[in-house]
Amino acid sequence: MFNIDFNGEFATFFIFSAIMIIGAVLMVSLQKVVHMVISMAGVFLGLAGMFVLLDAEFVAFVQVLIYAGAVSILMIFGIMMTNHQAAKADPVKPLHETLAAVAALCLFGMLFYAIRTTDFPDAQPMKAVEDNTSSIGELLYTGYVVPFELLSVLLTVAFIGAIAIAKKGAD
Amino acid sequence: MLPSYLTMAAILFCIGLYGALVKRNAVIVLLSIELMLNAVNLNLVAFSKYGVVPSLTGQVFALFTITVAAAEAAVGVAVLIALFRARGTVNLDEFDEMRR
Repeated sequence: MFNIDFNGEFATFFIFSAIMIIGAVLMVSLQKVVHMVISMAGVFLGLAGMFVLLDAEFVAFVQVLIYAGAVSILMIFGIMMTNHQAAKADPVKPLHETLAAVAALCLFGMLFYAIRTTDFPDAQPMKAVEDNTSSIGELLYTGYVVPFELLSVLLTVAFIGAIAIAKKGAD
Repeated sequence: MLPSYLTMAAILFCIGLYGALVKRNAVIVLLSIELMLNAVNLNLVAFSKYGVVPSLTGQVFALFTITVAAAEAAVGVAVLIALFRARGTVNLDEFDEMRR
């Protein structure tokens, strides 16, 4: 079933996946919200390592900058702005949590079954390109220039909208 | 190696789904959604190396997803701050007037 040869890539993959699963499980089980955000930063860093393993260095650095840097800090600011002093624990709702766990496990079972029964064709893995960043840059400015520009418009609109929403009640 | 990466992404996605369904703090729900988006990114990059037609397109798609997720996080936190000003809480159980 698990026809995996134990080489260096698998060992590194195993370490990174252990970091990510531990971080994600801590995220759902810890009590304080700030600790949850810190463990999520661990997950983001582990995912960046996994991107390096997949020869996607540029995406890995973007992951560290955007997720481990910006999104984590944004979430910490969100917590600071909202419930920095509310320390009371959530009321436990056993039925709700059990149903959610069953739903998540069912989804995982289906995905796992689909992954294990699919016969992936043995294509040659892509050779790492000479310069990952410049190849992605070329691709972005030739084949994907229209989505790239649309995305820049989307990002500008979203950030201006975010500032407008957050500022409205301040005065 | 491809099934291992896909399984890893499925584990992350399911933990994120559980967190988004169970957690009552809206900031943590946003964070769980980020976790699910990250699992999708892992799938995209894994297929860009080990897929049937390996190419850089998967990495470009992952970059687009990261951008949209960043915009989503910014707008989400802004909405939460506005909601906190209006209602004084970010507990999701208290935002239920459309259910009644």
